[in-house]
Amino acid sequence: MFEALDLARLQFALTSIYHWLFVPFTLGMTVIVAILEWTYVSTGKEVYKKMAKFWGKLFLINFAMGVVTGIVQEFHFGMNWAEYSRFMGDIFGAPLALEALMAFFLESTFMGVWIFGWDRLSQKTHALVATLVALGTNLSAFWILVANSFMQHPVGYVIRNGRAEMDNFLAIVSNGYVPGQFAHIVLNGSMTAGVIIMAISAWHLIRKSNVDFYKTSVKWGMVITLIAGSLGALAGHHQGQYITKEQPMKMAAMEALWETQDPAPFSLVANIDTKAQKNTGAIEIPGGLSFLTQNSFTSGKVEGIKDLQAKSEAQYGPGNYIPDVPSIFWTFRIMVATGSIMLLVAFLGLVLNAKDKLVENKTFLKVIFWMLPLPYIAQSTGWFVAEAGRQPWLVYGLQLTASGASKSVTAPEILTTIIGFTVIYILAAIAAIYLAVEHIKKGPDGQTIYHVEEKEEARLWN
Amino acid sequence: MELIMNNLNVIWFILLCVLFAGFFLLEGFDYGTGILLPVIGKTDVERRQMINALGPIWDGNEVWMITAGGALFASFPHVYATLFSGFYMALFLMLAVLIMRGVAFEFRSKSPNRTWRKVFDYCIFIGSIVPALLWGVTVGNLIQGTPIDETMTYVGTFWDLLSPYTVLCGVAFILVFTYHGGLFTSLKTAGPVSERARAAALVTGVPTAIGVIALIIASYVCTDLYNSTLAIVFCALAVVCFLISWGATRTRNTKWGFLFSSLSIILITATYFAGLFPRIMVSSLNPAWSLTITNTSSSEYTLALMTAVAAVFVPIVLAYQIWVYWIFRHRVTEKDLHY
Repeated sequence: MFEALDLARLQFALTSIYHWLFVPFTLGMTVIVAILEWTYVSTGKEVYKKMAKFWGKLFLINFAMGVVTGIVQEFHFGMNWAEYSRFMGDIFGAPLALEALMAFFLESTFMGVWIFGWDRLSQKTHALVATLVALGTNLSAFWILVANSFMQHPVGYVIRNGRAEMDNFLAIVSNGYVPGQFAHIVLNGSMTAGVIIMAISAWHLIRKSNVDFYKTSVKWGMVITLIAGSLGALAGHHQGQYITKEQPMKMAAMEALWETQDPAPFSLVANIDTKAQKNTGAIEIPGGLSFLTQNSFTSGKVEGIKDLQAKSEAQYGPGNYIPDVPSIFWTFRIMVATGSIMLLVAFLGLVLNAKDKLVENKTFLKVIFWMLPLPYIAQSTGWFVAEAGRQPWLVYGLQLTASGASKSVTAPEILTTIIGFTVIYILAAIAAIYLAVEHIKKGPDGQTIYHVEEKEEARLWN
Repeated sequence: MELIMNNLNVIWFILLCVLFAGFFLLEGFDYGTGILLPVIGKTDVERRQMINALGPIWDGNEVWMITAGGALFASFPHVYATLFSGFYMALFLMLAVLIMRGVAFEFRSKSPNRTWRKVFDYCIFIGSIVPALLWGVTVGNLIQGTPIDETMTYVGTFWDLLSPYTVLCGVAFILVFTYHGGLFTSLKTAGPVSERARAAALVTGVPTAIGVIALIIASYVCTDLYNSTLAIVFCALAVVCFLISWGATRTRNTKWGFLFSSLSIILITATYFAGLFPRIMVSSLNPAWSLTITNTSSSEYTLALMTAVAAVFVPIVLAYQIWVYWIFRHRVTEKDLHY
């Protein structure tokens, strides 16, 4: 019915995308909460403490989901990708262990202190704890991206004893793929947090509840979105130029560029025919792709899929080295479009706010609120481009995805776990969304945990 | 220095033992508290006292498991691959219930709805007892041996993991952790729940002793654990520590009871590691196909790098985790409930 390999890939995609729904908000929000706390320490204004607590609690609901899905993420390399783990473990295991030692311990331990320490620590120590959590989450992103970057662009290794062995750790850490990817991910994490803050604040401003609190919040949200989003886009642009050099097939697939061209156009939309290997009805910006990849509209060769396929066959032997072009082409465009819309809305919102017209403008506040799903779409499509664009390679040029799966795991077993995890993920998501909505509705002043006073009904079976 | 460089895989075997001992010691009382939650937490406030006693630390404790997994990947990638793909359904089950448990801690008390809280209480219970059982079953399988072929691939099914010996091992783990969790709860809470937890530990202590003795005998019959003299020594010390712990608890020296129960868990872990050495996963098909520290380890370069990193960061992690335990050393009353 289903091949084990396809199911393993489906499961990887599901786990990673689901995990990644929660991570960017965590990455950004820990930094923002730390900044809010330090602002409170230095200004003494209560509103910042209130903001740290309110947004921090929303973040906690999200953080729990990120933690529990992260455990699956850590273990499923061994579960579904045992042959990959054998071939790559000497290199891939190290950043994962480093992530656990340097980052997971830090964020998890101090997260507990953060939640339980409000009354036990001085305000300064608490702000320091928040900073350590932020450091932990972002260090964790760094190490996992070091690991992922090796899969995209292997460096610092030798093939020995039938596997890839680490030859130079510094080369692996300073992989040219890392800086652009890390900056792009971390900044867009902040952007995600910024968008969520501005969207929820807008929801309250429409209802005129806690106007002072949410006025400050919406401004913070918009400023963060604009700054982090613009810098994140720049980092993404830098990464695009890097990929053109180091992963040309991914770039060609992102642009559905079948023939090598100089200068190469940028297609806004196109009808892609993968069988005939050509596009019809494309709306093109002449020289646009050359400009994006090499800063010039008039010259700049970009290699096409057909030539790259021929090159790969010459290097690695016969086979199909072309990833799924249409899905990569479109997800890339969705990512760029959603990112641009969020930036535009944040910018316009700040302009309105500067003229003191934002709080009155219900229509625009609604627009801000409906930005809520956009960061999630942008994050998921972005990772789809990065990972699907690497296919058919599991480790670029070293190991094919087809040869990385576990031998001892059968298709029915994977199907069972896919269904099992999906059911649990959905139930957990429903619970998380319910709590988040309740929390958001209550606002910054409705923060009590209720005692349930009853003796009989709390019992389970005793 | 030369001694270290020549024995990197031995060092990593010991480090894994340390990580798993830390994991069983810390998550041991988390699991135990979760198992006892519905039994000794009679009211919502009492349950919350128990959950809040774990509140600031459970996540940091769980990282010991994640780090043990990550370290296994980095140091013995073949073991990581064979174990996790071979024990596939068992691991799935464990991850599934751990997701339920983690979410439950965070979500349970954020809504006043009674059914909501009841559901998450069950999640904490199941998310504690099932991993305790499965880790016991896993450890039992490592030493008893599983069908591993010459390519290091597990060729059995989920049901092959369940033998009388491994199930006994799982039950013993549940009992030991429940006892340990009772002591933790007794120390970390105030009021009636604390006294009830001590009583629960004392009561659990009896079947725990029987279970552990049965396991010691079964290990002699079913495994080659005692071929290692060191394992015999650790095993004997573990039994002594457990007896001291129970005696101390009985005479209301619960602190000493907890300390010695912690020591006994460390020694039980050390017993199994000593018995396994130099193997990590025993093959039941052919002893030559067992996964050992030699045929599964990472390169010398990676092991040396990871040793240096561990030498720096393990002490740092220990230092700040101890600091956190110090900050939250108070007994949890109904006045300090955040979860």
